[in-house]
Amino acid sequence: MQHAPFQPGMPVGEHPYGAPSPFMRGVVRRWLRGMLPSRLTNVAFTPLAELEGIITPNGLHFERSHAGTPHIDPARFSLKVHGLVDRPLAFSIDDLKRLPVVSRFHFIECAGNNSLNWRRPTTNAVQFTHGMLSCSEWTGVRLRDVLHLCGLKPGARWLLAEGADGAAYARSVPRELWDEALLAFAQNGEALRPEQGFPLRLLTPGAEGSLNVKWLHRLEVGDKPWLTREETARYADLQDDGTARLFTLVQEVNSVITLPCPEKPLRKHGTHRLSGLAWSGHGRIAAVDISFDGGRNWQPAQLEEPVLPKCLTRFHLPFTWRGEEMLLQSRAVDEKGNVQPTHAENLRVKSAKQVYHNNSITTWRVMPDGEVRHVRLA
Amino acid sequence: MCGWREWIWCIPATVAVVLVANSGAAQERPYAGIGTPLSAAEIAAIDRDVRFDGDGLPTGSGTVAEGEELYAERCAACHGEFAEGSGRTPALLGGEGTLATDAPARTIGSFWPYAPTVFDYIRRAMPEGHAFSLTSGEIFALTAFLLHINGIVEDDFSASAESLKGVRMPNRDGFVMPPHPTAQGTRCMQNCRKEGPRIAAEAPVTMEGIMTGDREEQP
Ligand code: HEC
Repeated sequence: MQHAPFQPGMPVGEHPYGAPSPFMRGVVRRWLRGMLPSRLTNVAFTPLAELEGIITPNGLHFERSHAGTPHIDPARFSLKVHGLVDRPLAFSIDDLKRLPVVSRFHFIECAGNNSLNWRRPTTNAVQFTHGMLSCSEWTGVRLRDVLHLCGLKPGARWLLAEGADGAAYARSVPRELWDEALLAFAQNGEALRPEQGFPLRLLTPGAEGSLNVKWLHRLEVGDKPWLTREETARYADLQDDGTARLFTLVQEVNSVITLPCPEKPLRKHGTHRLSGLAWSGHGRIAAVDISFDGGRNWQPAQLEEPVLPKCLTRFHLPFTWRGEEMLLQSRAVDEKGNVQPTHAENLRVKSAKQVYHNNSITTWRVMPDGEVRHVRLA
Repeated sequence: MCGWREWIWCIPATVAVVLVANSGAAQERPYAGIGTPLSAAEIAAIDRDVRFDGDGLPTGSGTVAEGEELYAERCAACHGEFAEGSGRTPALLGGEGTLATDAPARTIGSFWPYAPTVFDYIRRAMPEGHAFSLTSGEIFALTAFLLHINGIVEDDFSASAESLKGVRMPNRDGFVMPPHPTAQGTRCMQNCRKEGPRIAAEAPVTMEGIMTGDREEQP
């Protein structure tokens, strides 16, 4: 559908909820054939190249589930808390909304983000290198307030968070993450989307996405981790010597350039805006450096406000391009002093077969015709 | 095993407990009374997790032979007749000795550290998409069968709470708790490379054919 200028448009209220412009039809989550076992246990990636600012629209938040997305009736839903507590309690969504409610901006990044590029670059699109990354304003109650109502017993050190999905997806959450955690029922001002765990999800800021259990219906407090299949056989990082690291929960400092990128080639000579996203599970982003020559020389990019802890930070830097080949890189530094590693630096302490937690610096090769290719440098 | 980095939060936690107890005595706890008490029976109905050490395993048992039959009926269509995997559905056996190689095969036999977790996972996640659909006896039988085809138990094995706690998985010691080392870059700004850069590898140019998600393609 198209309207000529100065002609009557769509009647008011035509779309009671609203939808993007018909000219934005290509801006959608996408998934990769053959990446994961089935359509039920799979991932759909956020189109990072098409987004501005730091907030991911709800319909574009990346999607990862282990048994599909259930539609759960909130009227028949409750969060049950039991285990090492004095008072096992069930909370309806309305019960939770009687407690103090807080809103916070945080990214969620799948531990498997950029996993397809550990051994060699395989995905020529920022949607598929870093698109398991999204950022929202999350609203909910503090986990610790709910635990306080139940009364923690001595020895409480871990809790099992279980989803009401078809995989009863379950993860152990260590006590050091409880203080900052939220039980979120809203994202970006509206109820959670079904793909994001409607009516309730756990939010563990800075921790790997899979810890943020969706469709959260049960919390059991215990004294030891459960070591479920999803934290041993999966989401544990296999090393070269054959051992695997458990509970590698923090998403380390990371960044990527979203303009230009393979989906956003340069079309004209002259001045351009380089832009991208940086984030760290350890806190705020302190700086982002940009290299145009494959890491030989670097210059600081401008960070855009707001710069919030455990949240996406947008950066930009103007540059001039006259058709020369360039090797673009971004390198983020967080407020704890962590510096994003190159691929070689990452492999000094990690393994290319660990699947998860690839925060290596990504290189975009800008060709003389302005096309952009994902490459690995030596 | 319990409580990694215990020293970080055990002390604050103890302090917090004392503070909370004191403040409770001094003033009425705000928001007290929100939430509905859960009875022991209500908890029992939803408390279906099994911990790595077998805590939470139910009563009942199941044999390798029973499991073999169930596997053929309920699992083989996806995981293959011999549990060898099919398409992208994971294999449920094999992979011994591959973890330290360049082509690691992570299976129950080669990778999983604890036998009770096999019970827990089948119970909550299998057959795919159907949580908590099998009976305890069926899950014990399937667990016995999967352990057997991985060469971990004999063919006369009967899985139960007691027997599964006694099974030692081949990769039991293959997992490391935190803290783990973190990779660090270096913040050099000028003349940071001695040589290169040289392009070592390049991604295939097009994502077409493997990428999907256009609205036109949605069912
Ligand atoms: C409809 C297809 C399907 C059926 C039927 C099915 N599975 Fe699965 N199974 C899967 C998929 C897909 C996965 C991977 C799930 C994931 O990674 O999220 C899986 C994973 C598993 C795993 C974990 C393997 C690993 O190494 O992590 C086990 C164990 C398992 N299935 C056992 C069973 C048993 C026992 C049955 C029969 C009761 C069964 N499955 C039936 C599709 C199926």
